[in-house]
Order: sequence, then C-alpha cells, then structure tokens
Amino acid sequence: MTAPVIDRAWLRRRPAATIPHGVKTSRRARLIFAPSLLVSFLFVYVFIGITGYISLSNWKVGTSPDLSLRQPFGATYGEIVGEQRFQADYRNVIIFTAVFLVLAIVGGLVAALFIHHVAIGKSLFRTVFLLPYALSFIVTGVVWRWIFAPSTGINVFLKAIGIQNPPGWTTDPSIVGAVNSIDIGSPLKIQLGIPVALLPIIFAAAWQLVGFAMAMYLAGLASIPEEHLEAASVDGANAWQRLRHIVLPQLWPSTITCFVLLLHVALKIFDLVVAMSGSGPGFVTDVPGIYIYNYLTSRYDKASAMALILLGLTLLVVVPYLIRGYRRERKA
Amino acid sequence: MSVQSAKYASKSAIGVSRVRRPKEGAGFGPPRKAASARRFSRPTTWGGWAILAVCCIAAAFMLVPVYVIIATALSGGTSAPSFFLAFPDRPSLDAFKGAWQQLHGSLINSLQITVPAAAISCLIGSLNGYLLSKFPFRGSNALFTILLVGMFIPFQAVIIPVFQFLNMLHLQGSILGVTIVHIIYGIPITTLIFRNYYEGIPSAIVEAAAIDGAGIWKTFTHVMLPLSMPGFVVAAIFQITNIWNDFLFGFILTSPAAWPATVSLNNMIGTTTVNYAQLMAGAVLVAAPTVLVYLFLGRYFVRGLTAGSVK
Repeated sequence: MTAPVIDRAWLRRRPAATIPHGVKTSRRARLIFAPSLLVSFLFVYVFIGITGYISLSNWKVGTSPDLSLRQPFGATYGEIVGEQRFQADYRNVIIFTAVFLVLAIVGGLVAALFIHHVAIGKSLFRTVFLLPYALSFIVTGVVWRWIFAPSTGINVFLKAIGIQNPPGWTTDPSIVGAVNSIDIGSPLKIQLGIPVALLPIIFAAAWQLVGFAMAMYLAGLASIPEEHLEAASVDGANAWQRLRHIVLPQLWPSTITCFVLLLHVALKIFDLVVAMSGSGPGFVTDVPGIYIYNYLTSRYDKASAMALILLGLTLLVVVPYLIRGYRRERKA
Repeated sequence: MSVQSAKYASKSAIGVSRVRRPKEGAGFGPPRKAASARRFSRPTTWGGWAILAVCCIAAAFMLVPVYVIIATALSGGTSAPSFFLAFPDRPSLDAFKGAWQQLHGSLINSLQITVPAAAISCLIGSLNGYLLSKFPFRGSNALFTILLVGMFIPFQAVIIPVFQFLNMLHLQGSILGVTIVHIIYGIPITTLIFRNYYEGIPSAIVEAAAIDGAGIWKTFTHVMLPLSMPGFVVAAIFQITNIWNDFLFGFILTSPAAWPATVSLNNMIGTTTVNYAQLMAGAVLVAAPTVLVYLFLGRYFVRGLTAGSVK
C-alpha cells in the first residue's frame, strides 16, 4: 500500500480552473450520493410521517390498514396523555435521565481525571472501564437482573450481614418523596417522586455507559495544550486551581457531547429495562420504549402517538446539537 | 516537495484522520499526553499511589458483574452458588453446553445478519464519505446534516412503517429483511465515520488523480479504497457491535426461526424456572464476539466511538 507521490510544485504551476472540480464533477457527486439520501429520506422522514399519520388514524392493528382519521382530531394523543401508564412512563424517563446523566457524566469525568494521571496501567484501566460498553443492553440487563433479584444476588449478602428485610430492588413498588397527602387534581393519575425500582436500572445503565463518558473526557484531556498547564504551574497554581481554571473549562466540549449522546440514550432506553424488570409493579419501571413495544401488537395508533412524542423529545435535544455541528463546519 | 507530500500521504495511510487529531477526537496516544500524565503524578509520591489505588478499586468494582457472570456460568448444570460473589467449588462447563444448545441457532442468525449488514453499510458509507469530503457540492453539508438525523431517531418512531414495508416485500420475519433494515439505518453513522476519516487524507491526492484523468469512480477505487483500511476497521467494528447488540429490530422484524442471539437470550429469562447458570453462560456466549473484538481492536473501537459524535 504505497501512497502516490504528488509533485505539488507542478500542481501549483497550473491555473486552478483546470483542476476538474467543476460543474460536471459536482453533478456526478450529487448523483452518486442521491440513492443514500433518498433511501434515508424514505426510511427516516417519510416513515416518521407515516407514523404520525397512523397516530391520527383509526388503525388499530393488522395488515389491512384503517386509515380513516380518528374523530375528534388527535383523540389518540388525548387518550394516552390521560393514562396512568403514560404519566408513569414520562415520570420514570425524566428521573431516569436526570440521575443517569449525573452518574455517568460525573463518574466518567472523575474516572478520566484519575486514569489520565495514573502512573502505570493506564491502558488497562481504560480497557476495564470501557468494557461494559461493548456489551448488549440485553446481556447487561440479564446480569444485573440476577444481581438485584430479591432472593438471590446481592440480597444473599445483605442477609448474611444481618439485614432481615433486604430491599426488593426492581420489584419494589414504592415511590420516594411521593406527594400522597395533597390532592393534585384529577388529570394526574400517578404519584410524583422517585420510583425505588428504577434505581437498580439506572445503576446498571450508568455501569454500562460510564466508560463512554470516560473515553470522551480522556480525548478532551489529551487535547489540552501542555503549555497552558505549565504556565499555570509557573505562576504558582496548585493542582486544584489548574483543574478548576484550565482543565475543566477546556473539557466543556466533551461535556456537551456526552450530555447530548447520553441523554439521547436515556430517552430511548428500552432493552435494558426489558431484560431487567419489564414494566414493574404499577408501571414503576415502565418507559416509553416499552409502552410502544407492548402496543405494537394491539394498538398501532397508541404506539405511534407515543413514538412521536418520544421522537419529539429526542429531536429537541439532538437537532440543536446537529445544527451546532453544521455551523461549526461551515465556519471551519 | 514530493518527499513531504509522500510523508503526508503515508501518514494518512496509517490512519491519521480528523478523528484522531488531538484537538477533536480520540487522541489516545499522542506523545503530549504522556508528558502531562507525568506532570500531574509527579508532585508527591503518595499522591501518585493514591491515584493508583483509587483506579484499582474502581476497576475492581467495574469488574464485579463480569466476575458474577463467569462465576455463575461455571457453577454448573443445576444451581447457582448461594452467595453471588462465591466462586463455585467445582467449576464445570455444563451450563455452557445447555446454553449453546438453546442459542447456537440464533448465534448463527446473528452472524448472518451482522456480517453482510456491516460490510454493505461500510461500503456505502465509504463512498458517501469520500464524496462529501473530497467533492463537496452546493448544499452537501446541509444534506449531510439531514442524513445524520437518521442516526439519532428512536427506531420505535419508524418501526410500524418498516414492518409494513417488509411485509409488502414479503421479507417480514426473514433474516434478509432485518439485514436490509440494519444496512439502511447504518448509512448515516458510516458516512459520518468515513467522512471524518477521509478529511484526514490530503485532497492533493484526489487532485493529482483528477489531473491524471481519473474520474470520481476511478479515483475512489484506485486511490481512495487502497488508503481506506483503517477507516474500514473503525467503521466495521462500530457497525458489528451495534448490529450484533441490537434487540428492537431483531425482535419485531424476525420470526422465531430468524431470531438473533439477543432476542433468544432475553427469552431465556421468560421461562418460569430460570436456570441462572445457563442464563449466564448464554450471556457469555452472546457477549463473547463483541467483547473479543473490543479486547483485540480496542483502539479502533474507541476511535469509532469518538467518530460517532458530531463535533
């Protein structure tokens, strides 16, 4: 594999216009790119449009669609928003996302800072932290399900050290900080608060993805110019001040990337919950992904409406991020 | 002059791409980093030891579930050890036999889905990435951004039309159907990875080929593809892991005969009496391919990871 040698001096002697990057080439490039774009357009945008239409239609299930619009317009959305399960799903996914993001991002940052500065075995630690990322969520779920199963796993250990009533983990229906005493009004059918059963799942998700944040932060750390740190040391800044005023600000882009990508994973979370607990008692571990999956066999309209709400949430985060990337590219 | 250009070119050939430039990407292993590591661990020796100790404890903690899988899987045919951190007294491979019996069909299905889907989506991605980085046309960046949205959508938002579409083509339930779906939804990410990779290869090479009379295709097949090996490794690893680990498409778009391994593994939980040893052995079998890829090609895995993030 030898690279072609280019005589650039010769190249420069020619007027730029003869380098064939003209109209013909660009038309050709467009032509070759078109099929991918068309297929993606069909499978992403058109299909999302179809899902949107189904969410407004009377199509319940089956291969012969009932595509008449449901009356009144958008009634399916009204129907699902009033459901206890829908409300539980979004309570769960918001709490899941918030706790998971903190655990994974802070965990990843701390891990990266330590691993970046460790004297020996750096690549070993890196490998260990990122290893869970190579696994399927189903595998992760199967393993953590066993560890958190009420009668095996961690509870055997807790009983051994004298705890009589160990927690039920993913089978615990209680909600921490639930607003019980106040009547919050009829549209709200769930207790707001943190479902206890969700915590083991968040923990498993953080275990799986903390290495991803770590990898992003390690990349960011490697890009910090050595001179900045040296200059700060010469000026008498201690390690904490260097971290606070030089390292952390320069890691901001890594934080944004982690935030967006992990947030998008958290909103879509599905396989892990399926493998660990399913919907859980009183939908305490149900998430939109499972809701959609369950209704795929009975109510296309409800599944579609839920999918579109989930899609809207995801795009709310991802589109600004993509546009930001696009703008930066144009500037560069 | 020509020597210098040749040096640039060969640098690209070993995989210096946009992704790897320290400023933006993976940056594992630029010489600079080693220096900064020394600087920070230098202050006091006990500080360095403390960092090492914390890293060791954290790593051990991260490995607990991995240990649990293996210890339980080795605990044999019928029952798991009573304590989840205890290593089985008489380790045996019986559980693996049972798990293999239940899973070997779907492991082969997974293989049949993953290999062609990863290969074809990588090929398409490399062609797209080449065009977008070397022959940008008016609006190409905007079109690329539109394409990238496909990488981020929750697949639940398209699953019903996809199901109906495959049904229309009589591909619903088949391995071929789910393979096609993986190829299509893989295009955005592979295009992104290859575009970033090719940006690291000097455009002068393409221009030289153009002056020598090579068109877009010929430049691609004769000049770019031979330089693409590292890009292909990164993109392929990324796609292989993603497709192998998929659950949603596998479950909804295949019939039991075509179930991928993740779906069959999940179904092993569903039975009333769970044989944990067998379940964990199954988890090991399903995880093995991607873990091996990761352990042997970790560097490229990380590069794919950081390439998968839009900057």
